[in-house]
Amino acid sequence: MTFTLAELMVCAASRSFDNDGEVLATGIGLLPRLAASLAMRTTNPDMMMTDSQSYMLSSPNPVSGMTSHEGQANENWMGFARIFDNVWSGARHALVGPSQVDRFGQTNIAALGGSYEAPKVQLLGVRGFPGNSISHANSFFVPKHSTRVFVEGECDVVCSIGYNPDRLPRGYSFADIDIRRVITDLCVMDFNGPNKQMRVISLHPGVPLSEVHENTGFELAVADSVDETPTPTEEQLAIIAELDPLNFRAKQLKDNPPGVRNA
Amino acid sequence: MNKCVSAAEAVSAIESGMTIGIGGWGPRRKPMGLVRELLRSDVKDLTVVAYGGADVGLLCAAGKVKKVIFAFVSLDFMPLEPAFRKARESGAIEVREIDEGMMLLGLRAAAWGSPFIPTRIGLGTDVVTRNPDLALVDSPYDEKEWVAMPALNLDVALIHATRADERGVCEIASPDHYMDDWFARASKTTIVSADEIVASKHFNDPGVARRVYWERNCTTKVVHMPGGAHPSSSDPLYGYDVKHYKEYGALIAEGGFDAWSSAFLGSSEADYQAAVGGPDAIHSLPLPVY
Repeated sequence: MTFTLAELMVCAASRSFDNDGEVLATGIGLLPRLAASLAMRTTNPDMMMTDSQSYMLSSPNPVSGMTSHEGQANENWMGFARIFDNVWSGARHALVGPSQVDRFGQTNIAALGGSYEAPKVQLLGVRGFPGNSISHANSFFVPKHSTRVFVEGECDVVCSIGYNPDRLPRGYSFADIDIRRVITDLCVMDFNGPNKQMRVISLHPGVPLSEVHENTGFELAVADSVDETPTPTEEQLAIIAELDPLNFRAKQLKDNPPGVRNA
Repeated sequence: MNKCVSAAEAVSAIESGMTIGIGGWGPRRKPMGLVRELLRSDVKDLTVVAYGGADVGLLCAAGKVKKVIFAFVSLDFMPLEPAFRKARESGAIEVREIDEGMMLLGLRAAAWGSPFIPTRIGLGTDVVTRNPDLALVDSPYDEKEWVAMPALNLDVALIHATRADERGVCEIASPDHYMDDWFARASKTTIVSADEIVASKHFNDPGVARRVYWERNCTTKVVHMPGGAHPSSSDPLYGYDVKHYKEYGALIAEGGFDAWSSAFLGSSEADYQAAVGGPDAIHSLPLPVY
């Protein structure tokens, strides 16, 4: 059975939501949204998800091929202000794509280089990262694992709180912060290394551990037994195809590589 | 009471140095016609509070902005608003960069007459370290530190509604009213542009009355402006104008504000709408599907 790297990553990312139960899952970007949708259709039917606009859905919308919101499975109105009510309650898990991640799990989507007053590259702005990171579970989706993303020092602009003892607010501990998984084009990681160090837990088929180390700007922990990232099942691939009938997922990673190296 | 005035008359309430809030979200239901009227004025040194799109971009590009209080400035399908990006990278504007939800808290604090609202949002991030005017406070009830999100007191709020009556009762028929109610409540003066002006009996329908999110005493002036949200959307009447946003992006990149304004701004809203294809073209823009 053939599958693409994008599909492998979607399946790996969807597993982040397996044990969440009735939380609002938000995948920002096409592949993360597919991952959350796949989890809702398979391992976590209790999950809650919005239409990315203003309604909660009982069943996820496809990410391509929709020409109208007519007939979608609305469950309740969920305007943006109400999203915050849910976010701040903690019952949410966001899967987001940061531009930078540092060794503390702090992330950046705001700006790169230069000074804060005049950055070399203005990115999105902090958006909802500060509130998300201190309120609920977060996982990261990184399409291109490199030292440009996994930076040596701290992020240029720290948009989300991580496991940095120097930035820990008074009265807080690491137990108040919940960073779950990092899914990249090379591997899956978590933050369960010593002292919340980022840790490799599985490698994608054909990827050597050395390649992960070489493309990460800081020291990584490695799980006692590093498995191969599970490959997609036929059922998962069928659901992904149903959720993305126009195959937009093929355009998300450069050259749409296969899921198994040299396959 | 009749609050209906012309755009020029409404915008004359805005003076240099004021803090203005702008409703809507990115490319969605922005009071762009009112912003354009502001672009035609000689007002400057504004502090702008918004879930920003081309409203913030254009005001920055036109040199009318001293400071932007923002969490993002985006056109969604174009993640980075081109004019804002230019202004930010050149260091032309001051910023207070805050979380999306912190902005809501600041507006609520202003609306409720509270100097701040305590929150944990921003702790551990550069939102706190890069904003010397965001204070940390102790709680009398626990041992943790908290961010004191200050009230975002607005001099003027600009909002685009679907329908309004002449007394300032406003209906927002689009799927979300975003934080527009809080912009209206946080402001001393609220100017609403509306696609349609309706008789007050329109609101007798309970389904319509449920789409009124603030009381008419929070609305100061009403401007009848069909298509006034263009190029942003005013769902369900029209979607956002992808083609115009792309032209706008190209013009800003090549020749800055002058290039865009000489091609499109004109001396009135009628001029502008004619330059983008006319009211019928605006009203036939398809609604976005996410």
